[in-house]
Amino acid sequence: MSWFRFLHRRQSDAELQDEMEAFLAEETADNEARGMSPSEARRQAQVKLGNQQKVRESLWVQNSPQPFTMIDREVKYAFRTLSRTPGFSIIAVLIMALCIGAATSLFTIVRSVLLRPLPFRDPGRLVMLYEFHRGAEAGTQDSRYRPVAPGDFYDWREKTNGFEDMAIMRYAGYSLTGEHGELPELVRAATGSWNLFQLLGVQPALGRGFTQSEDQPASTIVMLSWNVFERRFAGDARIVGHQIHLDGKPFTVVGVLPSWFAYPDARIQLWVPYQSDVSTEFLRAHSHHQSKVIARLRRDMGLANALAQVGALQYQLHLQYPHDPVYEDVAPRALNEDLAGNVKKPLRLMLWAVGCMLLIGCLNIANLLVARGAARQKEIAIRNALGAQRAVLIREQLMESVLICGVGGLGGILLSISATRFLARAWKDLPTAQGIHLDSAVIAFACALIFAATLVAGLLPALSTTSKRIMAALQTSARTASSNVSRTALRKSLLTAEIGITVVLLVAAGLLLKSFLRLRASDLGCLTKNVLTLQYNLPDNRFDTPEKLNAFNEALLERVRTIPGVRSVALGNSVPGAGYWGDFSFTVKEHPPLAAGEDLPSGLARWADPGYFTALGIPLVGGRFFASDERGSRSYKVIVSRQLAQQYFAEDNPVGKHLQVPAHPHPKAPGESDYEIVGVVGDTAYHVGQEPKPTIYFPVFEGDQNGLMLAVRTSSDPLQFSVPVQKQIASLDPELPVSDVLTMDQVIGSSLVNASLSATLVLAFAVLSLLLASVGLYGVLSYLTTQRTTELGIRMALGAQRDQLLQLILFDGLRPALFGLGLGLIGSVATTRIFQSMLFGTKPLDPMVLTGVIATLLAVALLACLAPAWRASRLDPMKALRTE
Amino acid sequence: MRKGSQSQNEMLKGTLDMMILRTLVGGDAHGHTIAKVIERTSEDLLEVEQGSLYPALHRLQDRKWVSSYWGASENNRKAKFYRLTAEGRKQLVRETSRWRQMTRAIGLVMGEEGGAQ
Repeated sequence: MSWFRFLHRRQSDAELQDEMEAFLAEETADNEARGMSPSEARRQAQVKLGNQQKVRESLWVQNSPQPFTMIDREVKYAFRTLSRTPGFSIIAVLIMALCIGAATSLFTIVRSVLLRPLPFRDPGRLVMLYEFHRGAEAGTQDSRYRPVAPGDFYDWREKTNGFEDMAIMRYAGYSLTGEHGELPELVRAATGSWNLFQLLGVQPALGRGFTQSEDQPASTIVMLSWNVFERRFAGDARIVGHQIHLDGKPFTVVGVLPSWFAYPDARIQLWVPYQSDVSTEFLRAHSHHQSKVIARLRRDMGLANALAQVGALQYQLHLQYPHDPVYEDVAPRALNEDLAGNVKKPLRLMLWAVGCMLLIGCLNIANLLVARGAARQKEIAIRNALGAQRAVLIREQLMESVLICGVGGLGGILLSISATRFLARAWKDLPTAQGIHLDSAVIAFACALIFAATLVAGLLPALSTTSKRIMAALQTSARTASSNVSRTALRKSLLTAEIGITVVLLVAAGLLLKSFLRLRASDLGCLTKNVLTLQYNLPDNRFDTPEKLNAFNEALLERVRTIPGVRSVALGNSVPGAGYWGDFSFTVKEHPPLAAGEDLPSGLARWADPGYFTALGIPLVGGRFFASDERGSRSYKVIVSRQLAQQYFAEDNPVGKHLQVPAHPHPKAPGESDYEIVGVVGDTAYHVGQEPKPTIYFPVFEGDQNGLMLAVRTSSDPLQFSVPVQKQIASLDPELPVSDVLTMDQVIGSSLVNASLSATLVLAFAVLSLLLASVGLYGVLSYLTTQRTTELGIRMALGAQRDQLLQLILFDGLRPALFGLGLGLIGSVATTRIFQSMLFGTKPLDPMVLTGVIATLLAVALLACLAPAWRASRLDPMKALRTE
Repeated sequence: MRKGSQSQNEMLKGTLDMMILRTLVGGDAHGHTIAKVIERTSEDLLEVEQGSLYPALHRLQDRKWVSSYWGASENNRKAKFYRLTAEGRKQLVRETSRWRQMTRAIGLVMGEEGGAQ
């Protein structure tokens, strides 16, 4: 046999027929020569040739590879067996498709987010550098990693040589105004040092990148992302070299980034040089921790050595600026991990959950196949006795699981394509620096998964049904079939494992759900009902003095207040729950200077108008709110939060004391930074589920904040007010873009999306697993009951009561369930610790969750067992005894 | 199976390949000729069953001991001719010497002087 022959079987068959025809002709001619009549000659020739069909068949077989024909036969056989019970087959394939699909989707995301290197030149040597605060505690979002101050960065770049190069970047935002009367638009932007794109190995798609001489304060050049280039400038290459207006100032477009470039995320629309939007003081400062640093390791240098150099330098800086927040060490992070940030843990958790579900699915199919195998026990035993090899029998049994898993797996891969798309859209935190899509590695992973599933689901039943005890099986009659203890034990242990894993999943899902509910119900410290928020940004070329800013803001407040239905209005730079925004280090003027090495206290920085606290329902604890005439030089006042007061003024009354905030000097006098505390207000959380932090409120009428957030408290559905409020803004300044028009509930909701997503998904996996386990339980028990029909009949004949039989079967089914429950609870204790840090206000062994899980599982198990048990107790003893 | 007995036929099975190769030494031939030559030279003691002749020919071709081509037979009919290859010739030598050893050995056991020849 050769492959060539195999593939040309048909052709060689045709040739053979020709050949035999030729033989017939020759033989007939010979016979005729011997003097036979033509018909007799032909007949004799045919007799001599014999059965042509047989010759053809034997050659056909000779040309077919043996194992191949056998597999072909086995596939056909398995297919026929499966199609005899279409219900079972369809369910099994669906289970597999679901499990493989979910697992593949999650792996696609894990691979795209965590495993695949970013599409930059030699990504293995790229690393993010952070300042490292050894003293801070490592939490969910590891707070020891601190963004880098530009002063530190420029020192690192200049004075160390372990890295080939380092680049720095920072987030920014601009309002992009139209050249031809298009609507103004707030765009997310980033600033990057001139060498950033070179360091990453990114070539602009059009034009060029930044040069070193362009990376300086007040530089007005910009690079466009492909997105904004296509969307806003119609993909017209002539935009390069032309000007666009950012915050009302002309910027020259020098280049366009390629379409695949979406770092650090796809929402960044523009890049400007790092130094262009900051002052020289900012660049020298060692206290403005807002930037990210990417470094490329030298080829001949180990990461540890290079880091040691930077770390040593950083420690010197730390000693040199004892009262600035200059952290004592430097720590690296992989680029992927840096972007993945807080999705890493939920992702891992979900991968585990989906793995558990897959395992349960496989066990379930294994269980169902064991049942089917048991029914064919006798057939197998006879074939075995007739000389069938065990390997062949095992292969034949495996073929069913191969078909189920193969077809299911294929369906799963198709399913995962749309599931991945859905997940990528629903999961807001997922980094988008590289697209999330299937690739060859994912396909390979799915295939490996299918293979493993096939083995798990098929091998156990195959081994158990083809066990060597032929005699035992042949002797077994249906009457004694129920005595096959080992197989029953196997099925029960499979069930126990299934239920155990289900319990772990249920506990995890319950905890996540409770944590999510807690999170949603958590108190921000302010009113959230019927509040509309929106953001606007006053361009600083037109609003260049505090007076102009204040005039606009005051006029706006006045107009919005008069809209019917508006109860009160707050103006600030942010509202509680909307994010961290920024913090300032401060010292208390009246306190003795801090000892060297002691960390400076810091507080969140907020700006607020006099009506802010009343409108948002933040209570006044002491002192007073801002007065509306506190502006200009009279505005050097602050209000602090209760936590700040308690933490830094313990017994004292903070009102009347002064805070020195060097990072925020008086607008008119850069050297001065004393602020008098006039009031103390209640604590608010900057993010749902985060502990409140000490907060400092500055008066918004000091007039140096361009980016503002307006919060409007209304008497009815706040979204109805979005148009009237925006109309008021447009009537004051038609060119002003307004963004993020959201209700307070939406602001909070958006930060809960991810918590709700992971809770929902894990819950879905858990419910599916529960369903699978209960189907398994039901299946096993029904099967066992049918097997025991005769035994039950005898029991009845001997006088067993129906409820006794009910009990008997019920306990038989509940035993593995209880056992699994116990194992699962033990397993949960071990596993829930892993994701403890993802939980908010919920302990890993939350009694409510545990009780809930136990009750649910018992109820479902009872339901699954009740039907077969009921059937058993309703048996007609005469019929039962007659069944063979 | 008119003339050949069961035992003869079984023996033929193992040696058919060798005999086909031997037949082809005399020149290219098609299936009918091969069968006829074997039958004639064995003085009609052996009968070649077509059911094994054609699979054997294909097998030999797979092993590259013979090659085949379509040509015209002596009666000018289309027929598939087989030709011995160099590799086939070597194989024939090997088979022949093995056959001789075997028949000698069997002859010795059966008490024939000097083995069968």
